[in-house]
Amino acid sequence: MLYSEKVMDHFQNPRNVGKMDDADGVGEVGNAKCGDIMRMYIKVDHDTQTITDVKFNTFGCGSAIATSSMATEMIKGKPISEALSLSNQAVVEALDGLPAHKIHCSVLAEQAVKAAVKDYYDKNNISYGKELQVCDHDCAHCAGE
Amino acid sequence: MRVYADNAATTAVSETSLAAMLPCFREYYGNPSSLHTVGQEAAERLSLARQTFARYLHCNPAEITFTSGGSEADNQALLSAAALGERKGKKHIISTQFEHHAILHTLNKLRKNGFEVTLLDIPKSGVITAQQVKDAIRPDTCLVTIMFANNEIGTIQPIPEIGKICREAGVPFHTDAVQAAGHLPIDVQAMDIGMLSLSAHKFHGPKGVGVLYVRKGSVPLVNVIEGGAQERGKRAGTENIPGIVGAAAAFKEACEHMAENAEKVSRLRDKLIAELTKIPHSILNGEQERRLPGNVNLCFEGIEGESLLLLLDQQGVEASSGSACTSGSLDPSHVLLALGLPHEVAHGSLRLSLCEYNTEEEIDHIIAVLPGIISYLREMSPVWDELENGQREHVI
Ligand SMILES: Cc1ncc(COP(=O)(O)O)c(C=O)c1O
Repeated sequence: MLYSEKVMDHFQNPRNVGKMDDADGVGEVGNAKCGDIMRMYIKVDHDTQTITDVKFNTFGCGSAIATSSMATEMIKGKPISEALSLSNQAVVEALDGLPAHKIHCSVLAEQAVKAAVKDYYDKNNISYGKELQVCDHDCAHCAGE
Repeated sequence: MRVYADNAATTAVSETSLAAMLPCFREYYGNPSSLHTVGQEAAERLSLARQTFARYLHCNPAEITFTSGGSEADNQALLSAAALGERKGKKHIISTQFEHHAILHTLNKLRKNGFEVTLLDIPKSGVITAQQVKDAIRPDTCLVTIMFANNEIGTIQPIPEIGKICREAGVPFHTDAVQAAGHLPIDVQAMDIGMLSLSAHKFHGPKGVGVLYVRKGSVPLVNVIEGGAQERGKRAGTENIPGIVGAAAAFKEACEHMAENAEKVSRLRDKLIAELTKIPHSILNGEQERRLPGNVNLCFEGIEGESLLLLLDQQGVEASSGSACTSGSLDPSHVLLALGLPHEVAHGSLRLSLCEYNTEEEIDHIIAVLPGIISYLREMSPVWDELENGQREHVI
């Protein structure tokens, strides 16, 4: 099989899929031209700076959907600081691995989280460092080339 | 229910082909180059297989070379024609944007050796015109290579017209007939085909067996594999007798039942096309008229092909897609891009390729499950969301 059981499970039964009308932050990364777009919505508790709810919409292959789903599970209920430290490697490990040419999907998932937080910070005039400057929408970049 | 709808990728070996192969493993297992009885029994079967291909292609058995498949036949045809061209100081080749990689990658290799390659544009119909070929021919053209039918979108090219133009211009003409052989009538003489490649596993023969036909006295073959004197010294290696015998049996069977198979399969194809194009924002790639009996190729806006294939597989339907994810590269299929489809639409392609083993019930199953899967993926897709909100324009 191309994908692990975990990947297939998250692809077939994606967690937190959908839109969020009252999101505090929305991040979109990827490019339809390259075949992957992830949009992540977060709801934030302003006092505790905790992500109370997450939703995602993804256009992409099986692993793009699975990594989105896994990433939402990994940041839901977590402080923003913890969500920002989510690495693509952690997502890959949680999914019991991805084929080499699909690793870029996990990079997109990590960046979707950061993009959503950045949007929240922007909307609330919270300053942040340049580690939150995310995807430049260049396919080769996302593919790790 | 499991529905195999990926017959353009490969087919199941037919009962007839399998039955022809089995005695070759333990009864007629000799080496055809050996002089003893069991060797000569194998040689006899090799000769009969060659005659079968010659009969149904309308050529001479001496014009048939067995190879390890369509790719090798394509490579050898192009390299041989190029070698002849080079000797004559002609280094221009004409082909198309949507050839199989066995052709395109060989052409790239030739480019590096100083050949100039003209790749003809593909009209929206998916069918090039003979006039395009005529206009591209130059005094230094040493080869025209145009596929008989495209492997992704199934469109059939005007081979007899192109053959005539090439004959009149005195330019060798090769056609990659891997998708056409066993499915469409082929007469290399009537169609003015100088070189032709085919592959047994596309018509219920075994994998790893191909044929290269080259008209006698036209292009001298250049070896791709050096060694013994098999295949008149043009393709070394002990012949794959079981495979070649199975290929011939499958080809004979396919040619003898061609009309009835085509009628049955194209009826199933047309039903699929009629029903599936009812899905909003879907399109049939390539025209329906000049099309392989078994080919359906559609794009659905707002979704990506690999996730579509995985969900179809879960529902028992085995198909393929030209999305980047399935090709292992960043770009979607070069065939769909050549048709002028934008990248994001080409990512959402689905190829269903049928054969005579498919049943009406199977077609109904595909028609029953596909619309739900498309809606589900669109529901999840930010691209679809933008299309629906008017933030992105529908292309199809
Ligand atoms: C048009 C075309 N040419 C060449 C090939 C290569 O044939 P084979 O797999 O036998 O090498 C294929 C099959 O994938 C094909 O569809």
